[in-house]
Amino acid sequence: MDVKHFLRNLSESSGVSGYEQNITEQISTACTWADDMRRDKLGNLIMLKRGEGTKPKKKIMLAAHMDEIGLIITKVEKGGFLRFGTIGGFDQRVLLGQEVIVHGKTPSLGIIGAKPPHVQAHGEQNKAVKLEDLFIDLGYDTKEDAEKLVRIGDLVTLKREVIDLQSSLLAGKAFDDRAGVAAIFECFKILSTLHHEVDVYGVATVQEEVGLRGAVTSTYGIVPDLGIAIDVSFGDQPDLRESETIKLGNGPGIAIGPHVHPKVYDRMVKTAKEWNIKYSLDPSPSPGGTDAYAIQVAQAGVATILLSVPLRYMHTSIETIDYDDVKSTGKLMAMFIAGLNNEFVEGLTCF
Amino acid sequence: MLLAQLTEVNGAPGQEGEVRNLIREQIEPFVDEIKTDALGNLIAIKNPRAIGPKVMLAAHMDEVALMIVGIKNNGMLEFRPIGGIDPRVLVAKTVIVGKKKINGVIGAKPIHLQRPDEREKALSIQELYIDMGVKDKEEAKRLVSLGEIAYFTTKYEEFGEGKVKAKALDDRVGCALAIRLLQEDLSFPLIAAFTVQEEVGLRGAGVATYQIKPDLALILEGTTASDVPGTDEHKHATSLGKGPAITFMDRAVITHPPLVKELFALANEKNIPVQARRNTAGGTDAGQIQLTESGTKVAVIAVPCRYIHSPASVMSKKDYDGAYELIKHYLRCLEEREDFQ
Amino acid sequence: MKETIRQLTEAFGPSGYETEVTSLIKTMITDFVDEIKTDVLGNLIAIKKGASNGHKIMFAAHTDEIGVVVTHIDKEGFLRFATVGGVGISTLVGNRVRFPNGIIGVIYHEKADWKDLKIDKLYIDIGAESKEEAMEQVKIGEFGIFHREFCDLGNRLIAKSMDDRVGCAVLVEAIKKIKEPRNALYFVFTTQEEVGLRGARTAAYDLEPDLGIAVDVTITGDMPEARRMEVSLGKGAAIKVKDSSLIVHPKVKQILMDLAEKNKIPYQMEVLEFGGTDAGAIHLTRSGVPSGAISIPTRYVHSPSEMIDIRDVEASVDLVVALANKELNELN
Repeated sequence: MDVKHFLRNLSESSGVSGYEQNITEQISTACTWADDMRRDKLGNLIMLKRGEGTKPKKKIMLAAHMDEIGLIITKVEKGGFLRFGTIGGFDQRVLLGQEVIVHGKTPSLGIIGAKPPHVQAHGEQNKAVKLEDLFIDLGYDTKEDAEKLVRIGDLVTLKREVIDLQSSLLAGKAFDDRAGVAAIFECFKILSTLHHEVDVYGVATVQEEVGLRGAVTSTYGIVPDLGIAIDVSFGDQPDLRESETIKLGNGPGIAIGPHVHPKVYDRMVKTAKEWNIKYSLDPSPSPGGTDAYAIQVAQAGVATILLSVPLRYMHTSIETIDYDDVKSTGKLMAMFIAGLNNEFVEGLTCF
Repeated sequence: MLLAQLTEVNGAPGQEGEVRNLIREQIEPFVDEIKTDALGNLIAIKNPRAIGPKVMLAAHMDEVALMIVGIKNNGMLEFRPIGGIDPRVLVAKTVIVGKKKINGVIGAKPIHLQRPDEREKALSIQELYIDMGVKDKEEAKRLVSLGEIAYFTTKYEEFGEGKVKAKALDDRVGCALAIRLLQEDLSFPLIAAFTVQEEVGLRGAGVATYQIKPDLALILEGTTASDVPGTDEHKHATSLGKGPAITFMDRAVITHPPLVKELFALANEKNIPVQARRNTAGGTDAGQIQLTESGTKVAVIAVPCRYIHSPASVMSKKDYDGAYELIKHYLRCLEEREDFQ
Repeated sequence: MKETIRQLTEAFGPSGYETEVTSLIKTMITDFVDEIKTDVLGNLIAIKKGASNGHKIMFAAHTDEIGVVVTHIDKEGFLRFATVGGVGISTLVGNRVRFPNGIIGVIYHEKADWKDLKIDKLYIDIGAESKEEAMEQVKIGEFGIFHREFCDLGNRLIAKSMDDRVGCAVLVEAIKKIKEPRNALYFVFTTQEEVGLRGARTAAYDLEPDLGIAVDVTITGDMPEARRMEVSLGKGAAIKVKDSSLIVHPKVKQILMDLAEKNKIPYQMEVLEFGGTDAGAIHLTRSGVPSGAISIPTRYVHSPSEMIDIRDVEASVDLVVALANKELNELN
């Protein structure tokens, strides 16, 4: 299958934290390699590809989150304008002038607006417009008309088609973390041509953006021996220090930090070198911020590692990635999994 | 000396190996089973198959330290803290860097070249760097890689009136207490969990508790003492020399009231000076242990330490010995009790 | 119903020290349930058995209230304290607190600009004339609560700790009304919600419910120049869509909305920007529990004078009762 095309569709679809149904359907339809598929109580999609090792087989879990940040309607104003709150972390400055889709009775176009500059008070123009002063213009004239379509609690997503930039770079919304989901698919594409001993659980998690929630329950249900979280990390941009970012086009970032098991790290780096897969070291003194944080402390503990697809302009509608990095992340995971044996995995609890 | 050895080894969150190995060596003769888990927690069990309450002692092995996150063109190292460190304690200190144990200093602009107003401002983490004495980036890369850890180089020393100076008293003092207590002759199951990654979010404790499934847990810590000039008395939290501090509440836990009451009563009975921890800030492994699975009764006993999370912290030996005595008596009382509730 | 609310709101129960409240609730419900037990964290669990093919519903209302804890007694007998749960400075100054032995104190502040006021500049005066006298009455580590009586204004009631004693009252009332439910009902009167949803977490782990519903308060926006919030007093039970601890499972939200429509129970939709409930802990236990919340609209939350409308409370009771008997196969 064309995973890049699959990623485009995922990016352009709507699936805000807690409401990932649409995305789940697309992923499960596209998944042709799973021996078994199920959804857990919170909506995590768990796809199992069985290994060929001797029983009891060891389990590895790959996790990428399918939810995106979004907005939620908090009020319908006089004149049919909508007020909203956020689901997940938004820089309010990127919202002004953004086109959105309001998921009311039917999906409708909206524009995020605010008071125009010439009626703003002197000095106001230098300040960012506050979230509470923004509103969505649905194109209706009265509160009553708007209320026929929309109610408090309805969700809103950014409207953005994927744009092709130079060479293999793409820009779009929700590459955080649908690029990670695509990397899992790239991994399975290669894994289908290889032998592997361990059982592999590919998990598209829910609600990562509001607190790594899907990772908590999905890991509890699987009880893996090893967990790989695939998320995005800060790509190189002019206004960020080199030590805070990883370069686009140089493969995945391999994190090093309290959330990364030292033996798993060593083996991942060794695998990358062996197969000539480019990678960047991603030093992470804080273990939080991705599904790895939740996976690591499930039940009696899980040996975890975090791989990141470099991404510029995180949490905006123009997140920018190099698709080649998605492919190399997928390849790295496939070769890593193919090289695993029971002995190595058992040794992970020996310190 | 046990505490000297424990504080002088290095173990950042996620890289507690040196500490773990030292502890394992110390406790091997006194326990029946030792195991580790996927995070590196060290779990030691006495009397695994005995009848009686399963009592868990917890102390964390990790200390706050610095992670190398970048190498500048001139070979200077950029770093960020793992765990909470006030950047103001860092400037002009010595460190030891990475697996190769390279000496380094945390650089500062000389006073001669500073403007008066500059000296008023604290230096932020981004303005600090480690100098290993190398010429350039290439030389630096031969000595250290990204993700390696720099530690304080403080030596253990006893000074003043019964005081101790060392790095990482939080929580090597807890580890030392657990090691001493494991040597007690008891007949019920006693499990010591030497946990990992407490400093970055109480990470190891819940995982250890899940495996142990204790009936009650005593968390042994080093806690902040602010009994120093410039602090109002009501902000001291704990004071050196007034005995071990018993927590009633912190950010992560409200300790089990009957257990706390019992500890105060026992201290009174045995004439062991104790103090209440007069502060609700901070958190310990107790927070995670209490809420694992269906819940555990917990109490926290801490040795007061000044200048915690900095290169040189200070404690009083009296408080350390007092903590040991109190817990030893508590364990003995449990032993004597017919029906454990 | 009003009398139940009065008794519950006047009881003493700061986070970690809820036994007076759980004992009181136990006396209220003991004749109406099949089983009662308490667990390690002090949660009170009351069970009404259901039909054999019913689902297991955990209803949670928290028994703890916000308060203060004594951290220091000074030379003159004044007390210094820390807060327990989310207590705002502006709600403390000039107010009274009560300790378990009945000791009352006044809170006041050191000389300072109002905007510089932090907890460490406040103190409690229990009228002691020396440190020794104070130490006879309270100790370091003593927990206290707001001292305020319940007030009946007709449809509207004011009291401290409506959060969440009114939720407890809703469950107590529901327990009395429900006869032979279809589903197995676990009414959990939880502890330590205000300090991190703690009791609910261990209770849910133990009970393993199929559905979790928190019954707690939510804020309203119907006061002068209030922070934007569409929930109002008197418009019915609030069905939660999200708060900072939980995004309500879409199916659970729909079930509650449909039940309210079908049974003509007045309701409103709730989107809460800041704040969480026990459902936040319940939904993440083990491999996940579909969860939601029924909220009682409340003005002045976390002040000593929280205000509710009895009609919203009655609507909440009706919704709980309707849910107890709903067939829940769509959650499978």
